[in-house]
Parts: sequence; C-alpha cells; structure tokens
Amino acid sequence: MTTLDKARPRTTVPSRTGPRPGQQSRPLHTVRTSDLLALAGALAAAFGATGLLWTQIAPFSGTLGYVVVTWCLFVLFYAALVSFDENRPTVRDRVAAVVAHSLAVLVVAALADVIGYTFFKGWDALVHLNFYTQDVRTTGPLDPLTKGGVIHAIAGTLIEVGIAMAIAVPLGLLAAVFMHEVPGPLARFVRTVIDAMTAMPDVLAGLFIYATLILSLGRGYFGFAASCALAITALPIVARAGSVVLRLVPGGLTEASYALGAGQRRTVWHVTLPTARSGLATAVILGTARAIGETSPVLLTAGSTFHLNVNPLSGPMMSLPLFAYQSVNSPFEFEKARGFGAATTLLALVVALFAIARFIGGRGPGVLTTRQQRRVAASSRRDLARYAQHRAAYTAVEAPGYPLEKP
Amino acid sequence: MVSRDSSAGDEPGSFIPFHGLPVPRKLTARLSASDHAFRAIATAGGVLVLVLMMLVGSFLAYRAAQALRKAGWSFLTTQAWNPDGGGFGIAAVMVGTILIALVAIVVAVPLAMGTALYISEYAPRWAQRFLINVTDLMAAVPSVIFGLWGVNFLQWHGMTDLSRWINNWFFWIPLFKVTGVTRNATGPTATAYTSSTFIAGVVVALMVTPIAASIMREAFSQAPVGEREGAYALGATRWGMIRAVVLPFAKGAIIGGTMLGLGRALGETIAVVSIISPVFIIQPHVLEHGTSSVASLIALRYQEATPFAVSALMAAGLALFALTLVVNFVAAIIVSRSRSGAASEA
Repeated sequence: MTTLDKARPRTTVPSRTGPRPGQQSRPLHTVRTSDLLALAGALAAAFGATGLLWTQIAPFSGTLGYVVVTWCLFVLFYAALVSFDENRPTVRDRVAAVVAHSLAVLVVAALADVIGYTFFKGWDALVHLNFYTQDVRTTGPLDPLTKGGVIHAIAGTLIEVGIAMAIAVPLGLLAAVFMHEVPGPLARFVRTVIDAMTAMPDVLAGLFIYATLILSLGRGYFGFAASCALAITALPIVARAGSVVLRLVPGGLTEASYALGAGQRRTVWHVTLPTARSGLATAVILGTARAIGETSPVLLTAGSTFHLNVNPLSGPMMSLPLFAYQSVNSPFEFEKARGFGAATTLLALVVALFAIARFIGGRGPGVLTTRQQRRVAASSRRDLARYAQHRAAYTAVEAPGYPLEKP
Repeated sequence: MVSRDSSAGDEPGSFIPFHGLPVPRKLTARLSASDHAFRAIATAGGVLVLVLMMLVGSFLAYRAAQALRKAGWSFLTTQAWNPDGGGFGIAAVMVGTILIALVAIVVAVPLAMGTALYISEYAPRWAQRFLINVTDLMAAVPSVIFGLWGVNFLQWHGMTDLSRWINNWFFWIPLFKVTGVTRNATGPTATAYTSSTFIAGVVVALMVTPIAASIMREAFSQAPVGEREGAYALGATRWGMIRAVVLPFAKGAIIGGTMLGLGRALGETIAVVSIISPVFIIQPHVLEHGTSSVASLIALRYQEATPFAVSALMAAGLALFALTLVVNFVAAIIVSRSRSGAASEA
C-alpha cells in the first residue's frame, strides 16, 4: 500500500528508459519480531504485576488464583501493547488468538493433570508385583502394599465387560446393518428408540437390572447381572456409532456391486462391511473403553467382594472402577494407594484400547494401509497370472468361441 | 439396490393403454433366497434390539408409576426423600442436578469453543492431530477417575480458594452466597466450600468439554473455503473471518453440541457422587458445602430400599431420563437443521 501523491495523475505508465527500481522480496512469514516482543513483554509485565499484587498490595492465596490473575493481566497488557502500533480490529484478532490458544492449552493441561495425578498416586502400589497377582481376601486396610492386590478386580472387569460386549456388539452391529439396509418406517422407529436410549442415564440401566435380576431372583449379586447392565448401556452406543460409520461408505462402491449383479447379502458382506471395517472396529473399541470405565451400573449390580471370583453366574464380582471408587474414599493411606493403583490400571487399560482404536481406525472408509495395499496388489497380480494361465491353456487347445480376447 | 427385472415391459402380455401414450415401465424387484434370509436376519436383529429397549423403558415406567400414583403431584414439590415413611419428591434433587449441569455447561462451553476453534483455525497440522487425539482420549477417560481427581486433587488445590475468592467479592449475588461464613474470615473455613455444586460442576465440565468440542470442531472445519477466502479478500483479520463466516456457519452445531453436553452432564453419576455430600433441601448456593442430584440419589440409596422405595427411585430416574431425552432430541433437531449439521453428528 503506497500513498498517492495528489499532484501526479492516478495512473502512470512506467517508463522503460528510467532507472529500474531495485526489487525487494517481500517477507512472507506471518510472525514479526514486534509480535514476539509484545508477547514476551506482556508476559513479563503480568508476572511482575501479579507478584506485586500477591506479596505487597493484597495478600491472596492459592496457586490457581495466581495463575488466573496472571493470565487476565497478561491479556490486558498484551492488548495494550498491540494497540500501540495496530488498529482496533487487529487488537481484537490478537486477543482472540491468545484466548483460543490458552483455552486449548488449558484443556490439554487438565487432561495431563488428571492422568498424571492418577499415575503419580498409583505408582506406590503399581511397583509391587503382588499387586497384579493377589486379591485382598486376607489384606486389611492397614496392611502395607507388599500384601494384597487387585487381581480380583482386573479379572472381574475383564469378564463382565467381555460378556457385555459379546452381547452388545453383534446385536448392535446387526441393528446398525438393519437400519442401513432395510430402510422403512420400522427402521426409522428403531433408530428413534435407539437414539432415545443413548440419552438414558447409565445408573438407570443398573437400577433396571437390580430390580429385575437381583431383587426378583433373590440370589444376591452376581457378575452376569453387571454384564447385562453394561450391555444395556453399550448397545445403543454401538448401534448408533455403527450406523453412522455405515452411512460413510461411498454409495458408488455399493452401486458398483449391485451393477455387477451381486445381491444384497453379497454386497453387504463383501463391500459394505469390509469398507467400513476400520470405522466399525473403532466404534466397537471406543464403546468397550466406555463400558470398562462405567461404574454406576456395576455398583448397583455386581456387589463387591475381597475374593477372586471368575464365575459370573454366582457370587459377587469386583471390578476395577468400583474397587478404585471404594478404596480411595477410605481414610487409610495404604488402602487409598491401592485404590489409586486400581484407577491407574483402569486408565492404562482404557488408554491401551484407545491406542489400538487409533491404530486401526485412523483412516477413512476404504483407505488402505501400505500393507493392505501390498496385499491387494499381490492378489491382483495372482489374478492376472491366473487369467494368463487360463488363456494359455485355452489357446493351446484352440477352443472356439472362448470369451476372453486373444492377445 | 436390488436387481431390477428389466424385461417386464417387453413381455407379450404386457398392458398397452388404448390411448397409446407411453407409461412408465413397471419395475419389480426379485430378491434371491439368500437376500431374503439376510433381510430377515437383519430385521430380526433390529426388532430384537427394539424389543429389548422398549422392555427396559416400559418396565421402568411401570414400576415408576406405582410410586407416582402414591405420591401424586407432591412428587414434584417435596424436597425430602423418605419413600417408606413420610413424603418423597424430586424438588431438591432435580434442582441440584440442573444446577450442577448448568455450572458444567457454563465452564465447558468456552473451553470447548476455544479448543475447537484452536484445532480448526489456529493449530499447525501436527498440533491438530495431537489435540483431536487429546479430546477423544478425554472423552474415553472413565468418570470414576475424574471423580477421584476432583475430590482428592482439584478440591484442595485451587477450587476452595477460588470459591472463597468468589464468595468474598460476589456474596451479594444470591447464587454465590455461603451461609455460616463470615466475609474475609481468617482460619480454617475451607471445609465450608468443599463438596459443593460448583466443584462437582467443574469436574463434570471437564467430562463434557470433549463431547461438545468434537461436534463444534467438525462443524468449524466444514465452513466453506470460498466464504473464508472471501472474508480474507475483503480485508478481514483471522478473528474477523471467524466471526463473519465460521461461527454463523456452525451456529447450529454450537448449540447442538452444548445441549448434547448438557444431556451428558445431567446424567453423570459417579463423579458427582464422589464429590458432593448429599443434602435433601433445595440448595441454590452453588459454592456451599452439600448438594444432591438424581443420579447420585439412586447410586447412594438403592441398597437400603424396599421394593416400593426402588419404585420411587425409578420414578426419580425416569424424571431425569425424560429431561435428558428432551434435551438430546432438541439438540439433535438443532444440529440436523443447521447448515453444517449433515456431517456433524457423532
């Protein structure tokens, strides 16, 4: 942008004879030194001012308050600094950028804090091998961490969630396929009901199973009841996520399959489901991670015990979230540490499942990994070789009217 | 969809109207036996899921009706919860639930919007992928862990101080009043601020944020490139472009994501149970010790209950279910009506 001299005409033809102005390349990077200086200056000013406030003027307390006040002052100082050499919209832009950045940092910091704190508190229990091999049947809340463990809770969680997913995944995926492949009023109704059930508070599923399976059978708590409760919470989630994933399968692929004369069963089995495989796997694994962490249905239906119990059909069965919940509320230090150890184990399970889900399902529908591409290429090469072989065999006997073209 | 019988119109006996005008060829679908079997199995699966879900719903409604019939309209106005003697009602627990959810939403919406905006507008590519993973992982972290963290760490490192600070300066707003605390008091008054609606709400906010953020991020990233570049070409700054293009485009998703988060916050159980200490009076002071919620009521009281008391708990649960259902459906309608809605459901 240049200022125009009023005396000169508004447009001029550049003369060829005059000296050429030296051409300078314009810097294209978006961050200038003054921006960085403004940031650093505002930060320093905010720290200084908050320190002054905290220690000299008005003694407040607490680290959170310190951080909050520093941040507010930082934004104020930054806006002031930027306004020295920019116009109003630019100041607003800079402040908005700072706010968006800090909110994102805050979310990451909160998650890191939750995970870090749990690991930190659970570490004392996790380093003892007996934590993974024993239950707490002979361990009192005052016993040291070299005694007792959470094997009963780990086994309980795995059994309960395993059975729950064995019920919920096939049913949920079948319902998703139904909603996708057999459209009509019935499918719409099923979709509405499933959508409604995803809104059900999970504690209500626990209460339902408690009223039906526990109270009316009158045989106390047992693991399978918890599986049923978890299945009821997971079923609508899996069905809904599955139907969303199926909807992402490109219509061109299925239509190509129908155009080649394949029936509906063949198309679903050989085109739709394989294309959506990674998405479906992700949906299922994330559903499992959710079910593993559910506490309230388990709290109402599986009871709690100190013993390792691997029979889901009789006797109460412990699970990791419930153990963590009960032990951490205990006033005894070692028991608390055990609870945090269980919470860390649970968190590790969830993070592992999450990592697997990302590993499988990071791609869109129908996008193949390098290995899958290699496998597909190899199978086409095999097909090509097979065709060539057939052709060679038929040309050898000079079969008349063979449909393949001759080379 | 299905194989079409293309020869129907050419058959010798096919109907030719006397006026001689062409009529559309009749299309009939012939399903093979295996397709019939496939459809039957898929339909059976769908119907089975439907029946299961209806069974749960109608059983709860049936049992809840027993309690409701006895309590009548007082169910909505009674604060105490003594189903086996005296009255019971959801006035206190429902107010507690809604207040916790509102605190959660007030905290979560700026967080979610900021994160979503950062991911879609500001972040470099690697940070984008990293933050998407972070928010998704945050949604998968079990609620019991948020609860443990909230009650053992957050409550003592910051929240009570923050509560005291808010109370000191804003005590004249009824919402922020704390009874039994003198202003600027020195001494161990921290327990007056523990186990409050505010702390429970903040913890629930962290669980709600990733849900709302992922819906908003999807919508933000779909704002049309042409309109974005148009705004830039007219001289807008990045924030100007966001205000003029991205936010109006994603308005439906912002509202919808917020309401889905609200639905989740209303039904949250174990994190709330860990933090609050239950009281059965309407507690409008969000900073004060003690509150209650429907889900935590169920989790705490199911064991000491007679069959009738279980029915009463079901009635309370069903009232909560009705509330979350309305919130979720309104959210779904808003998300799907909005311009960006088509691809933003998760």
